[in-house]
Amino acid sequence: MADKKAAGNRKAGPLLDIRNLRIEATAYPPGEPPQNIVIVHDVSLTLEKGKVLGLIGESGAGKSTIGLSSMGYGRGGVRITGGEVILNGRDILKGGKQGLRKLRGHEVCYVAQSAAAAFNPAHRLMDQVVEATLLHGRATRAEAEKRAIKLFKALSLPDPEHIGERFPHQVSGGQLQRVMTAMALCSEPDLIVFDEPTTALDVTTQIDVLAAIKVAIRETGVAALYITHDLAVVAQVSDEIMVLRHGRLVEWGGTRQIIKEPRQEYTNALVSVHEINHEEKKPGRTPFLSVQNVTAAYGGGHIKVLKNISVDIFPGQTLAVVGESGSGKSTLARAVTGLLPPQEGSVTFDGRPLANRLADRPKEDLRQLQMIYQMADVAMNPRQTVGSIIGRPLEFYFGLRGRERDARVAELLDKIEMGKGFADRYPAELSGGQKQRVCIARSLAAKPKLIICDEVTSALDPLVAHGILQLLLELQKEEQVAYLFITHDLATVKAIADSIAVMYRGEVVRYGPKSEVLTPPFDAYTDLLLSSVPEMEIGWLEKAIKGRRMESAGN
Amino acid sequence: MSSPILKLVAQRIALGILLLLAVSALIFAGTQVLPGDVAQSILGQAATPAALANLRAELGLNDPAYIRYFRWLGGVVTGDLGTALSSGQDIATSIGSRLWNTLFLAFCAALVSVPLAILLGLLAVRYRNGWVDKLISGLALASTSFPEFFIGYLLVYFFAVKWQIFPGISTVYEGMPFLERLQAIALPATALTLVVLAQMMRMTRAAILNVMQSAYVETAELKGLSAFSIIRKHALPNAVAPIINVVMLNLAYLVVGVVVVEVIFVYPGMGQYLVDHVAKRDVPVVQAVGLIFAAVYITLNIVADVASIIANPRLRHPK
Repeated sequence: MADKKAAGNRKAGPLLDIRNLRIEATAYPPGEPPQNIVIVHDVSLTLEKGKVLGLIGESGAGKSTIGLSSMGYGRGGVRITGGEVILNGRDILKGGKQGLRKLRGHEVCYVAQSAAAAFNPAHRLMDQVVEATLLHGRATRAEAEKRAIKLFKALSLPDPEHIGERFPHQVSGGQLQRVMTAMALCSEPDLIVFDEPTTALDVTTQIDVLAAIKVAIRETGVAALYITHDLAVVAQVSDEIMVLRHGRLVEWGGTRQIIKEPRQEYTNALVSVHEINHEEKKPGRTPFLSVQNVTAAYGGGHIKVLKNISVDIFPGQTLAVVGESGSGKSTLARAVTGLLPPQEGSVTFDGRPLANRLADRPKEDLRQLQMIYQMADVAMNPRQTVGSIIGRPLEFYFGLRGRERDARVAELLDKIEMGKGFADRYPAELSGGQKQRVCIARSLAAKPKLIICDEVTSALDPLVAHGILQLLLELQKEEQVAYLFITHDLATVKAIADSIAVMYRGEVVRYGPKSEVLTPPFDAYTDLLLSSVPEMEIGWLEKAIKGRRMESAGN
Repeated sequence: MSSPILKLVAQRIALGILLLLAVSALIFAGTQVLPGDVAQSILGQAATPAALANLRAELGLNDPAYIRYFRWLGGVVTGDLGTALSSGQDIATSIGSRLWNTLFLAFCAALVSVPLAILLGLLAVRYRNGWVDKLISGLALASTSFPEFFIGYLLVYFFAVKWQIFPGISTVYEGMPFLERLQAIALPATALTLVVLAQMMRMTRAAILNVMQSAYVETAELKGLSAFSIIRKHALPNAVAPIINVVMLNLAYLVVGVVVVEVIFVYPGMGQYLVDHVAKRDVPVVQAVGLIFAAVYITLNIVADVASIIANPRLRHPK
């Protein structure tokens, strides 16, 4: 405490002053000697007491790395090799391990992207929330627990008196994220590093957590580094925004200036990323795939996840299925592909019913329905080259071999705007967007009538996702392929859909052509969903919270 | 305790009993396949065919195999393991004290080896890839790589012959004072400890290292916890299940696998009893000892399963 007071007396200095920070790591490329790479190039920033600075950029921009440097922490072997990190008037990099341990959880606290993973499954929430407070001798156990309960209340968690007695798996993701914020606030730090705290949440939950975080920051007067790739989100909570790219500073200014008058081209690209003009196609006369009254369940028929679902897909068009996690979107895909045979109802394809079970479907039916997944890197065999990954469906469905196959692979690589040279590469050598492109090529190789896209852009940076969406639209024009597009992101829906089905707790609550679905009057849930999408507008959050008609399901 | 746990535990126990029944059938079948005839062994080569036939009828050997199996099983369940052919003694009585001796030896070895293995595992993780880790791993590997009889003779040579600290022959008898008994088993217990230590230690190390990759370990680090409290408080509780499994396998080995060590130290336990009677072709004794070993093995594995279930907070505290 003594050193903190001393720092307080020296009023001149800011709370956090990072000067010429340089961070390096050692990379081990396959088949080459280890290389030293610079992750952060001499970045400087200052943060005053009680202010919020948003750090924004795509993955690999060095946001988290810079955020964690304020705690003297390098994730995964990353080394801070240059510069100074001055916190409360002293350079923390010179304090040694002991010094760092004293400030972590005391002066600076951390809120992780996935609270579900960041909480220890073996301990009760309360024990974890007060742990740092007790460790640093900030309060007695009774005081700390009282403070935690107060924070639970402030963060509008349900049953604040008793939620601490629960284990992490007994609490939903959105709630865990708020408990983690309470954990960071409990030891009354001067600074909190929020590392994408709402990215893993549904839009409808994100808005609650965002509001709770904003209130907590205002009431406790804590300063914060808010790391995210979503400008609309960061615009709601921060006083200033710093745009980063490839570990370098691009632009740093007040929130209004960054979103309204960006000075750099890259910032401008980030601000205006979502706009794809996609003209809606009118539904044709006969759908080629028709889902009729499908009910499906897990757990031996006990947990119904799909209730009486009926949707149609027309040739060469896109049906977007939106809803929050747990609404049954992916289960619908599983029912259509036969991975989860429906209990009731049927799926008709080209006027004839498809076998319910995957095992009963002939190869030809399998070829017509292909899938692309959210996680491109786990959807590919890491030990196969791009050529053999794309070539596999060519061999399997069409019996193509040798030169014929290679020629077709090259053609497909060309279609996804990747050169022939990629055929010999391994998935580990590709970027996230390239991996997803390879998955698209693999599904196209089967010449399907329908591709089911399950959150295919959710794990990608906005600019990369934008490219993937444009590619999908072009391919649709060329190949006349239809998409069943599953997503929780409404901006994506607007960009790509011809018709939309809104799902909520296993039911389709709203269904029709895009223009109709997105035109008022809305049902309560669609309204909630639409009003929860962050807009790049200062003060949007408060307005949106006020205007809400119903609570989110909180999954 | 809630119902899903009870259900899982009941399932495991039922499965264990079923398994034990199957093993008993296998043991019985195995001893039936062996050449030789019990009546012949009892009466010797000189027996007349009439006498053999009489004895067979008396022992019920003419009944079909499954009837004899159920008769044997019925006896086992009521505590009657039959009579040893070689000595004519009741097997249950002669096993009684020997089983206790074996369990005592195993218990003492476990009491030393399990905490030591886990502690060494924790230390190896704390100083991973440093010289402490390498030294611990190297010594543990070396001690496992030596066959137990070799370790046994080394111990006898140094501690019993050269320095004369502990007896080289572990004689124990009923009514022996506790401390003397401990002294008597010091060498075999040490040999056993050295044999089982490495596997448990390495499994502890691997299980904890696996957990150290988790996000919640980073959270603990960012709270300012020291390296050792992170391992103890945040990593160990989540690595318990695999550790329990390997510990139980090694405990089972301590009971069942002591044969060689018991013979080296002439310790009056189950292993020595088994070896003696295998040499004498005493089928009922072999059957009985085999069944007891199987029971110990299966019981310890059930305990491991149940402990892993209970260690899982998701099962202990359902939503």
